[in-house]
Amino acid sequence: MTHIVVTGILLSGTYALIALGLTLQYGVARIMNLANGETLVAGCFVAFWLYTAFAINPIAGLLVIAPAAFAFNWAIYVVALRPLVRRARNRGQLEVDSILATFGLLFLLQGLMLLGFGGEYFSYAFLAERFVIFGSGYGLNRVVAFAAAVVIAAGLYLFLYRTRQGTAVRAVAADPNSASLVAIDVSRTAALAFALGGALTACGGALLSTFYTFNASMGVIFTMKALIIVIMGGVGDVRGAVLAALALGIAETAVASLIDPGLTLAATYGLFILVLLFRPQGIFGRQTA
Amino acid sequence: MSAVSAGEIRVGLAGAVVVALAACLPLVDQGFYLSISVNIVLYAALCTAWTLFSGPTHYVSLATAAFFGVGTYSVALWIDQLPFPALVAGGALAGAALAGVVGVATLRLSGVYFVIFTLGLAELVRQIVTWAQAKFTTRVGLYVFTDFTEKHIYWMLLALAVAVFLAGWLINRSRLGFAMRIIGNDETVARHVGIDTARAKILLFMVSGAFIAIAGAISAPRYGYIQPPSAFNPMISFLVVIMALLGGTSRLWGPLVGVVPFVIAMDLISARFPNHMPIVMGLAFLAIVYLLPHGVTGRLEQVWTRLRNRRALAVGAERTA
Amino acid sequence: MQRRTLLKSAAAALIAAGVLAGGAQAQETIKIGASAPKTGPLAGGAAMTHWPNVQMWVNEINARGGLDVGGTKMKVELVEYDDQTSAETAIQNIQRLATVDKVDFIVAPYSTGLNIATAPMIAQHGYPHIATTAATDGVTEFVQRWPNSFWMLGTAKQLAEGAVQTIAKLRDAGEIGSRVALVHVADAFGLELVAAAKPALEAAKLEIVYEASYPLGTQDVAPIIAAAKAANPDAFIGFSYPGDTFALTEQAQIQNLEVGAFYVGVGTAFPPFAGRFGAAAEGILGIGGINIDDPKIKDYTDRHKASAGQGPDYWASAMTYAGLQVLEQAIEKAGTKDRAAVIEAIKTGTFDTVMGTITFDNNVNPKVWTVGQWRDGVFRGVAADGIEGAVDPVKKQGW
Repeated sequence: MTHIVVTGILLSGTYALIALGLTLQYGVARIMNLANGETLVAGCFVAFWLYTAFAINPIAGLLVIAPAAFAFNWAIYVVALRPLVRRARNRGQLEVDSILATFGLLFLLQGLMLLGFGGEYFSYAFLAERFVIFGSGYGLNRVVAFAAAVVIAAGLYLFLYRTRQGTAVRAVAADPNSASLVAIDVSRTAALAFALGGALTACGGALLSTFYTFNASMGVIFTMKALIIVIMGGVGDVRGAVLAALALGIAETAVASLIDPGLTLAATYGLFILVLLFRPQGIFGRQTA
Repeated sequence: MSAVSAGEIRVGLAGAVVVALAACLPLVDQGFYLSISVNIVLYAALCTAWTLFSGPTHYVSLATAAFFGVGTYSVALWIDQLPFPALVAGGALAGAALAGVVGVATLRLSGVYFVIFTLGLAELVRQIVTWAQAKFTTRVGLYVFTDFTEKHIYWMLLALAVAVFLAGWLINRSRLGFAMRIIGNDETVARHVGIDTARAKILLFMVSGAFIAIAGAISAPRYGYIQPPSAFNPMISFLVVIMALLGGTSRLWGPLVGVVPFVIAMDLISARFPNHMPIVMGLAFLAIVYLLPHGVTGRLEQVWTRLRNRRALAVGAERTA
Repeated sequence: MQRRTLLKSAAAALIAAGVLAGGAQAQETIKIGASAPKTGPLAGGAAMTHWPNVQMWVNEINARGGLDVGGTKMKVELVEYDDQTSAETAIQNIQRLATVDKVDFIVAPYSTGLNIATAPMIAQHGYPHIATTAATDGVTEFVQRWPNSFWMLGTAKQLAEGAVQTIAKLRDAGEIGSRVALVHVADAFGLELVAAAKPALEAAKLEIVYEASYPLGTQDVAPIIAAAKAANPDAFIGFSYPGDTFALTEQAQIQNLEVGAFYVGVGTAFPPFAGRFGAAAEGILGIGGINIDDPKIKDYTDRHKASAGQGPDYWASAMTYAGLQVLEQAIEKAGTKDRAAVIEAIKTGTFDTVMGTITFDNNVNPKVWTVGQWRDGVFRGVAADGIEGAVDPVKKQGW
């Protein structure tokens, strides 16, 4: 039993980072970023490259990956997505436009990675050692990745709830119109949130690469997982995303251990559909209407 | 029901001529052009069926793959026991039933929640089918061996596309179509004038789902070997949305305008740039979003209105002079 | 990136050299079409096993002046398409190759599903279809349906029985007990193997103490290994794909699954597997295998390294190359581009390939490796049907 819970919690760490990235992009910048998974895979590749070519350990590599991803996503937002935001007459229009645009971006990024690295599978051994918790063995790389995810998520929490900038981000998430009334630069805050989201996702990727076999075309799987967590946690809700990631990690592990590993993904989607039907504002969201 | 206008008769005749010409294609070419035409007709049927529901309601459904796969599996599971037409009909019923259940369940969802729900649904169905096959049978792949060749599939899909168009036209003329237009404009207004919005939406979703399932059923013999990842391929859902939006969803014939160039362009890209296909496709997408925001039909209408205005202005200027 | 560019410039230089050498007189070429995944879920496997061999084969033939077709030297012109791992696109690609590019021959696609999906179309156009990456039990039926098709990688039954017999051998030698944990990926490949493995396990008096399937693409397999461990098995069999093969092995190592025989599926025979697990890979059993001491294989491995910058996998890679050699020799034997004649030549001929001498028995290659084992950094064949050179399996000694 403890094995299930611990495995689930370890799994949820990286889920949480990816979902936090998407919830910032979707909840604050109002961009449904279907290319989120590609950012994650890019994080995997850069970590792999740093580790194999320069022997830089992936955790230290985050110091390079996070700022790079931040700058890159900032550029994407300003160049490609801001025109769509300006053009859109309503939220529905922006949603359709951003789905289409980021779908194009998904292919573009995937194509570039295929060109650069080829389609093969990649993996490398980093801290693939046995680490004992409550008498059972776990991968040390998973434990370290989880710890790093916790630190990053805590940093994000402090930023959002303890700084002026962070408060502005939360205000835009709650209501962009009212936010602009209190002199918040909504457009700049949205760019900040989008870039921050990208950086978080790339960090998630770098951590994931320490214990996953990856290749250039697997981003979509993670976009789906992230979407599920974001919706379950409530769009734009940072605490909700973390709790939903935790719930999902444990639920998946429990189903795999207790019922049938073949139903893991079915359980994920089933859970997700139930949440959508009965609590569309997210498990922890407040009823708005 | 109002009488058929002269304009509609003209459009109908023109359509009949086009379909008749299209039906002759296999007599001219049995090779590549037939193959790509099969894809065009397939996506024409899928996109138009999708637009039947999503056009007037503005609900973006990503459940196409689920309906398509249900149709494909209806054929694949019982091809050795039952005649093909019965299986196609069964597929249609299964698609409609699934759409009905989804419709009832998703009434309260709107906007992006509906989008994600339908995407999740397609994945859920795929996972359950995979698991059930793994658990209760000994193989996931199912073989569908028939005597159909490309041309038979082409004709069947062409007939389906015509049926979808006719259905769309009839719905537009019916009370249901009228109700849908009001719902699309403003759901609250629609409710106030006494339209059962839920019933209308569900009915339309079922019609759309049934047509998509039929398309899947007809495609089954083409693949020969059916596996959940190919039958419930989420790419189908995405491609249908993209092509329909590219064409424009405000007219019945809008998606068709998107499908034809898109399928041909995709094919050219994959032939010319086999190693850079994703990059070129990504760029093509971005170009569509930035250059054709209201789809091809939207752009055409814009150009048309501008021309007409200019002519009207010119005529007006002459009069005053 | 670098090696690709290098390869491209090398190819360009070769072509340029050919053009110069050919001078003004235009040389007759032979057009070969290839459609396989470059994107999509199977792109990883195809990039490892399929494409490098096709490239290498074409470059080698052109470097030695071309194919000898009835006395004329013909250079190979390769037309390649990406099928995006989609059956729909694969079918369309074959159509295009046959009717627009009008290629003379077609290299079979990658994977069981895509080979079966395209088989009717390839048959319709009368091309020989030499499937080297399809492992399925339907082969007898397929050969009847498509007499132009040839199947080289063996059947699911052969592969599964090979795995079971290897474990039974260890048990009979008194190395391990008879408790087996059996897991598999829930797709056509995994299911066919498991369906064949179960009766074989029963016949060998091996007991299944844990059984589970998991969805395609699963990499979080900690619960599976934990449950398998709880059942206290003596041997572990996993019919898996590359991603899950790596994940199952890593979890088994981390959770210290103590078994005397650890068998995993596709991906075990990839050189990066040994790179990833190092000493822990020692003694791991996996699907496939080749005779590493065979000088032909050694030579092939060296050429592959030089051409693709990495070694081939120790299973379907060499078979893919052998399939291309069969095509090449059949064309030269028939001495014509006529497809019917080439099909006949394949049916009746004997071919000298990197996998040894190959003759088709009713369009099926009866000589296949079924199980290999990592030993001192190389993957040695330990079970095969109709091939000499298998070594005896050994018990796995801890992680």
